[in-house]
Amino acid sequence: MTTKHEAPRLDLPWDQVAPGGVVTAVGNSETYVTGTWRTMRPVRDEVQCTQCLTCWIMCPDAAITVVDGKVGPYDYVHCKGCGVCAERCPVNIRQPHSFTGQMGKVIHMVPESDFENVNE
Amino acid sequence: MSQMLEIRWHGRAGQGVVTAGESLGEAAMHKGLYFQAFPEYGAERMGAPIKAYTRLSDDTIEIHAPILEPDLVVVVNPNLIGIVDLTEGIKPEGTLIVNTQQTPAEIRQRLGFSGGTVWTVDATGIAMAELKRDIPSTLLLGVVVRAAEGLVDLEAVVGATRESLGGKLRPEVVEANVRALQRAHSECVQG
Amino acid sequence: MVASKYMPLDGANAVSQAMRQINPDVVAAYPITPQTAVVQNFSQYVADGIVNTEFIPVESEHAAMSACIGASAAGARVMTATAANGLALMWEMLYIASGMRLPIVLTVVNRALSSPLNIHCDHSDGMGARDSGWLQFYAESGQEAYDNTIKSLKIAEHKDLLLPVMSCQDGFITGHGVERVGILPDEAVREFVGSYDPEHYLLDTDHPVTMGAWDFTDYYFEHKRQQSEAINNSMPVILEVCEEYERLSERPQPILDCYGMDDAELAVIVLSSTAGTARSVARRLRAQGAKVGVLKPRLYRPFPAQQIVDCIKNCKAVAVLDRAISFGAPQGMGPLYTDVTSALFVAGISGLPIVNYIYGLGGRDTTPPMIESAFADLRVIADSGDRGDLVRYLGLRA
Repeated sequence: MTTKHEAPRLDLPWDQVAPGGVVTAVGNSETYVTGTWRTMRPVRDEVQCTQCLTCWIMCPDAAITVVDGKVGPYDYVHCKGCGVCAERCPVNIRQPHSFTGQMGKVIHMVPESDFENVNE
Repeated sequence: MSQMLEIRWHGRAGQGVVTAGESLGEAAMHKGLYFQAFPEYGAERMGAPIKAYTRLSDDTIEIHAPILEPDLVVVVNPNLIGIVDLTEGIKPEGTLIVNTQQTPAEIRQRLGFSGGTVWTVDATGIAMAELKRDIPSTLLLGVVVRAAEGLVDLEAVVGATRESLGGKLRPEVVEANVRALQRAHSECVQG
Repeated sequence: MVASKYMPLDGANAVSQAMRQINPDVVAAYPITPQTAVVQNFSQYVADGIVNTEFIPVESEHAAMSACIGASAAGARVMTATAANGLALMWEMLYIASGMRLPIVLTVVNRALSSPLNIHCDHSDGMGARDSGWLQFYAESGQEAYDNTIKSLKIAEHKDLLLPVMSCQDGFITGHGVERVGILPDEAVREFVGSYDPEHYLLDTDHPVTMGAWDFTDYYFEHKRQQSEAINNSMPVILEVCEEYERLSERPQPILDCYGMDDAELAVIVLSSTAGTARSVARRLRAQGAKVGVLKPRLYRPFPAQQIVDCIKNCKAVAVLDRAISFGAPQGMGPLYTDVTSALFVAGISGLPIVNYIYGLGGRDTTPPMIESAFADLRVIADSGDRGDLVRYLGLRA
């Protein structure tokens, strides 16, 4: 992910912090990496997905991207692994899931320990 | 030391006692005086005995406490005699104004008040004649003006009464109040 | 200087007159005795189109202060009023307003806190909020309540401060008592308070900001230290605004009202309306030759500690009158007493006999004879050198 925002400084002394805690650098929550909080990772079966975009709507962290009207790559830098997308996926798959081989919904939650790189 | 006149009012809730005290203060203010007007807040309900206080002074009034030794006591409702200690703390040279058909001498005897001055007036009679209701408080201001001569004049009290009632009542009712006030001013007797 | 017009007003109405003249953008309020008249009169001005204020009737005081915070963060000039349990219900939001550095002006018509249920005057409500990061004025009369309201707004909104201000007066005693009150011309008040032009506000869409954001263990401490510094450093601005208002109104606006303190041997320190009663007693005693004085802090937060010490350090005995109990403090002393004694301690003064009187709780009348008895006690203390009881009571049935 590219970002034009500066991360908030965590080293300011008390007489230099913004009065009232006002944050003037808007959008800098993007600089706050929350992907490391994740213990379970949502994995989507791209073939069986019907592109209803329910997961994109429900994601509380805007970590599901949409490219050309279709679900794109998950933003694992910010995804906290809350599982809302998997919980709210309305599509029951007909074939075993492409990643887990299990039946169920299009999105499966997989232990993070199964992956080598937390960001990909 | 500044000159201060302290007045205590006795009446029953709903008789316009508080309004009368405020009107007097307002009249005094228009003559360049300072004033305070405040009731004693009890469990108020229509008909309950109430006390209210008015202070008039030619200087800023600093004290914020009930009046313990009034110069003047106004008894709006005569049936409080025997129920409330009407002369409590009144200065020996103080003045008592009572709404009653009785004479000052009779009132002195009933209240055991030998000092100062007593004024009486049949304010209820005047109110019933002019206003058709027993709301005698404001017209007692006419007597206060005579008793506290020189402090506030009748004209100022009439003006303040017109101002305070003008917003709430019809013009003919306001004028009836003014007429009643003027009658009380001329019909009261001293003794 | 401009001439005031004199009106017969109760203290609550005097405040609503000030609010009418200020014409704030937003007022969100909930009625509670004895504050009701403030909001009732003001909402009439709104209904009559005399002011342009957006009046938000809410379902509680918690909601009132919440709406005020939202409106102030959005960039509006905001005022409200409450009393007693209403202020207590605002508690959580008081700290949020001050922590966000929102210059809201809150009129408090002081009233006892239940229970037992009581609607009359004491200072339990305001004193309970003394550590909430709000500046606090206490008024002796309807006139002072009017003047303090206008000054409070200008102080609150000063760019170096951005601190909410509580402007207090005594419930019923001045709140419902009608007095002669001098009202400045509307134009003079509007010119005095000027326009509110915040640097950061939520409706400034060209410069979007986040307010009230999460402050972790890594930041909260610094923000609180900074907030404390803002209050610690607020005195010059407060004095400047008071002086400016004094020039405008030709009414003295000291933060500390001193009577007879130049040579007083015996002094009483007391807030609000009872200060007037105490002063009237002191005048009489001085006319009889007694060297007595009365000290009334008009400003309680920030506490004018050094100024008070300078006033009383040469006295032979001092009484601090508190209209509230700081429950659980040593011997149940009052908050003003703890502040005065800590100021003396910090100044290194330890030999001055100083006693505390709790008075007037739940609207108990405080009369001249009670003040006289306090001065008489002080005489005994000064002459004998024996301080006697630390915490005493005026007007309590024994």
